[in-house]
Amino acid sequence: MELTKEEESALDGKQGETLALAYRTLVAIGEASDSDRLIPIEWAHLSGVNYNTIGDAGRDFLSHLSQDAKFKVKTTVNPMGFDFDSVTRYNLDDNFIENQRSIKNSYEKMGAIPSYSCIPYEIFDVPKQGTQVSFAESNAAIYANSFSGLVTNKEGAFSALASALTGKSPCSDLRDDKTRKPNLTIRMKVESPDELTYGMLGYFAGKVAGSSVALSGVNGLDRRSCKSLCAGMGTSGACGMFTFGEEEGEKIDFDKKEMQKIHDELNTSESGDLITLGSPQLGLDEIGDLAAMLKGRSFKKRCMIFCPSAIKGQMLDLGYRKEIEHAGGEFLFDCCTCLSPLVDNKEVDSVTTNSVKGAYYLRTSNKVDVNLKSLKKIVEEETK
Amino acid sequence: MNVKVIVKGQAKGSLLVAKNPLNFLGGIDKKTGVVHDKNHDLFGKSIGDKILVFPYGIGSSVGAYTIYSLKYNHCAPLAMICLKADLTTASGCAISNIPLVVASKNDYDSLQEDKEVVLDAIKGQIS
Repeated sequence: MELTKEEESALDGKQGETLALAYRTLVAIGEASDSDRLIPIEWAHLSGVNYNTIGDAGRDFLSHLSQDAKFKVKTTVNPMGFDFDSVTRYNLDDNFIENQRSIKNSYEKMGAIPSYSCIPYEIFDVPKQGTQVSFAESNAAIYANSFSGLVTNKEGAFSALASALTGKSPCSDLRDDKTRKPNLTIRMKVESPDELTYGMLGYFAGKVAGSSVALSGVNGLDRRSCKSLCAGMGTSGACGMFTFGEEEGEKIDFDKKEMQKIHDELNTSESGDLITLGSPQLGLDEIGDLAAMLKGRSFKKRCMIFCPSAIKGQMLDLGYRKEIEHAGGEFLFDCCTCLSPLVDNKEVDSVTTNSVKGAYYLRTSNKVDVNLKSLKKIVEEETK
Repeated sequence: MNVKVIVKGQAKGSLLVAKNPLNFLGGIDKKTGVVHDKNHDLFGKSIGDKILVFPYGIGSSVGAYTIYSLKYNHCAPLAMICLKADLTTASGCAISNIPLVVASKNDYDSLQEDKEVVLDAIKGQIS
């Protein structure tokens, strides 16, 4: 890699060990991904916030790092394991709470905006078209590239962290226009799709596509379906963006048969002991839709709804929170279905959700069975 | 031999050669540096203070933090030599300041257990 004089001097430790560490990380990842230089980025979104995902070693690393490190660009963070405001209502291990607190404090000490959200694209103002960012959360990276007009690789926890500390990223993969052009088209052949169908389309695309994929036969997506598509794609593979319409090159169909295969892989139960909504977290639009769907109804079983704190005030003012809580919905902020210790296999055997991403992690990490169905069906069948 | 530098640095020591890929998160005791994956050919051996030779890392990216813990607990390898650079090993060596290089297939195959070498991960040479 070619570095500027300033980058070289930071790498050699002349501006302190923290920047040397950050530049070593960018150079190592750049060399490993055949990048020739570093370029500026304006916004970093970090993963590796939930104690369940990074453990004691991650907690210690961040605690050491935060002693003198400061983020150089706007830096937002992924959800934690639980919501500090409501944690006393749950029977959670004190040890987990303290470890999570340490991680939270480390990120905030370094200057992170305490967003604790996997939908930064929905709760922050999006910079102008073509802006380079560094997003580690997979659904957010795909959404940023495909809907928000931003440019990012599907970053890992360390590349995004190093980007936050330096304001730079290796110029590789999706930062190169040639890689952004898809060489595979997936033709959507399933009729009357809902958000679950799009989640499964995303999951299918992630398995078969390279860095970028074209989707044809897809139109009129609402926010819920957009997010579901991005999250499904981010779960199953390395693909970091999609475009709409047919491209030159190979074409494959996503039909009912392919969809059934994915449904069979992810759906392992005919019913759930509990319902979770939000993976990715629900934004204000979706909360408004949900409030309207639940008018005059109530859940027959426990339903956990995961949201960012950023929308707390608005959903209260607009009356959505009251409506949903009246129907028995239980709000959780700053955390998400994925890898939350609040879904415990000692308490529940199976979970109903409309999220393909949620289904994957509930099964592989929380080790519970999953009953996958669309939000419309959940409201029809699980409320009265 | 000439190697590609992933993380800069210098080291001198004896080689510990693994046949199998390494899972840092699941396969190594981060407090002692001993490989505790029973199915791994280095099972029971410590990777500390050796120049570790292995094809590539596998498993969760959180394994990078395990490499950092090894360094923090003074039982990390002096340097690592791989056949290909995976992002977990690259990130882990970078945050822990452990030299990491990638060797070509022929050179990699010629690396022998216990051999004393000098690794210059600035110029990109092993002698």
